[in-house]
Amino acid sequence: MIDHQWAEKAYTLLVTIRKTEEAIASEYKNQEMRCPVHLSIGQEAIAVGVSMCLGNEDIVFSNHRCHSHYLAKGGNLNAMIAELYGKSTGCVKGLGGSMHLMDDEVGMLGASSIVGGSIPLAVGAGLTLKMREKPHVAVTFFGDGASEEGVFHESMNFAALKKLPVVFVCENNFTATSSPLSSRRPMDNIFRHGEVFGIPGTSVDGNDVVAVYEATRDAVQRIRKGEGPSLIEGKTFRMLKHVGPEIDTSSGVRTQEEWNRWQEKCPVKKFEELCLNEDLLSARETEKIQKRIEMKIDRAFELAKSDPVAQWI
Amino acid sequence: MNKKRTLTYREAISEALVQGMEADSNVFIMGCGVDDEGGIFGTTQDAFKRFGGARVMDAPLAENAIAGIGVGAAVTGMRPVIVHARNDFLLLAMDQIVNHASKWNFMSGGKLDCPLVIRAIVGRGWGQGAQHSQSLQALFSHIPGIKVMLPATAYDAKGLLLSSLRDNQTVISIEHRLLYETKDSVPVEPYFVPFGKGTLKRKGADLTIVAFSFMVKEAMDAAHRLAEEGIEVEIIDPRCSSPLDMDLILESVQKTCRLLVADTGWSSYGISAEVCTRVYGQLFDRLKAPIRRVALPDVPTPCASNLEKEYYPGVDALVDACHILLDNGREGNTTEKLLPAEHARFQGPF
Ligand SMILES: Cc1ncc(C[n+]2csc(CCOP(=O)(O)OP(=O)(O)O)c2C)c(N)n1
Repeated sequence: MIDHQWAEKAYTLLVTIRKTEEAIASEYKNQEMRCPVHLSIGQEAIAVGVSMCLGNEDIVFSNHRCHSHYLAKGGNLNAMIAELYGKSTGCVKGLGGSMHLMDDEVGMLGASSIVGGSIPLAVGAGLTLKMREKPHVAVTFFGDGASEEGVFHESMNFAALKKLPVVFVCENNFTATSSPLSSRRPMDNIFRHGEVFGIPGTSVDGNDVVAVYEATRDAVQRIRKGEGPSLIEGKTFRMLKHVGPEIDTSSGVRTQEEWNRWQEKCPVKKFEELCLNEDLLSARETEKIQKRIEMKIDRAFELAKSDPVAQWI
Repeated sequence: MNKKRTLTYREAISEALVQGMEADSNVFIMGCGVDDEGGIFGTTQDAFKRFGGARVMDAPLAENAIAGIGVGAAVTGMRPVIVHARNDFLLLAMDQIVNHASKWNFMSGGKLDCPLVIRAIVGRGWGQGAQHSQSLQALFSHIPGIKVMLPATAYDAKGLLLSSLRDNQTVISIEHRLLYETKDSVPVEPYFVPFGKGTLKRKGADLTIVAFSFMVKEAMDAAHRLAEEGIEVEIIDPRCSSPLDMDLILESVQKTCRLLVADTGWSSYGISAEVCTRVYGQLFDRLKAPIRRVALPDVPTPCASNLEKEYYPGVDALVDACHILLDNGREGNTTEKLLPAEHARFQGPF
């Protein structure tokens, strides 16, 4: 199932997200990207594993931490960086910023900065797909914090009731801003939230792009059989602070040991090792991919900086 | 084609839904009880009989998700109509209406439209109490990116609803339960009342009443009574609180120099305040008297019918306010306050 072509695409997406986020983190101090950025370093494998199952007609809705979802879905890189710089060439013309990336040409239909807010939107998109008898699926990405919002449960009920083509994808990084999961929930079992509605849930290693891909593929297969929605929980870790380019191990919320442990489980490194060990990609190929991506990112920042400023629509 | 055909407000809404669904297969209805025998006070039954459960679907009690599902369906090309039997239930959907429906077009840089229609009824007539009677137009009119329509006649109910079904913005329709059985001549064929265009209900030179929703009917009755005293009132129904037809209002006040604003909601921070501000801003020097408002007092709706009767300002309050505006020496209620016939003859349970 995982062949050279698959590996090349997944690796390209993982590295694109990682390097784009790193570039944002390093440029951010210049105070030219004047919007809050919620970076997804450490969480890339969930966006990529899911998107490897999707085409342009499949629909994605996302949350405040939307860079990875946007890029994995194939969103335009130049338009994303321009958006962060508040330029008229931005993907939403500078009106949205980092938390509201959208590229309708590839089915990325937007992101809400209201926690849980875009979950019902994906369900509504699923309703459209079902009413129009389209063979596509709608995905909603959200964090563990969003699983505490009522609208998540309301949305799952409706999606299950109508057997809608929806995949609920929870990126469980065990933290909502600075509140650990254990101070917000009595149990660590988000994937079971769909059970009462008959929605099957799986919990996977969110840093393993292949595991996420396989879980999503199963969910899509279920949809194809007319069996309705699934819930996937990917356990992961954000390497940076909730918002901004710093690391928050000094705040006491998350320890350095924990951070080191997750650094070992870096989803990009993990997949690169797999590719090299299994001869899916050669070292020369991975280097070439990295170089190509770096050039694209440099170009995107150059363009964004010189692009015209935003205008009212 | 019979132009003189009359329909009730309820029937006009029902006909608009059926015609809108016939014209556009993307239109569908969602809401609690839209497919039951009551059919939201008789407005969704015909559509259900005609188009079935796939397009007129009952919904779980999940107002916020249903609104969000409406947004998701709308931005992907459908035209959902969500129905709530009361305004009050919209409060559970505020996040999706205010943070999502109203903003998705803007936040997408204008690329995605959100053509969602949300109908919600103001309950009045049978001890509805504090949580089944609110008129929440002010809350929604405050939010850019959504339209708010307040049909006061069967004709406008059909025409505005048909317009909402082909508008590309989210529209909130605030309907009034006491208007449901009122009749008006309603053309059989589809027609479209434009948003932000009010209507002159009555011509008069002495003062202007800008009235919304059920207060239009009350204002017409008040004008009738005042005419017997030789006072000629001009009545304007803006039909929408957002966008608001200021041209029509200003034109009238320019002529009469006196304004009374009547609303079914509370007066504090209400849409009547917005009308006042805009008129003061344009015609301060023309006004011969301070603008007056007739709207709800700042308390929740009581249930007991004697208190209800005191609570809702009606024809008497309007007549009094007109007298004060004209400064003709009369003030205060001289007669015993009467309930409007629509309220007085209402039969329970609801
Ligand atoms: C309804 C709502 N409440 C609070 C916030 C403030 N806030 C922004 S992100 C966030 C944490 C979200 O955590 P989670 O859903 O787990 O996503 P993560 O940031 O971990 O990716 C909070 C509380 C918000 N944006 N929306």
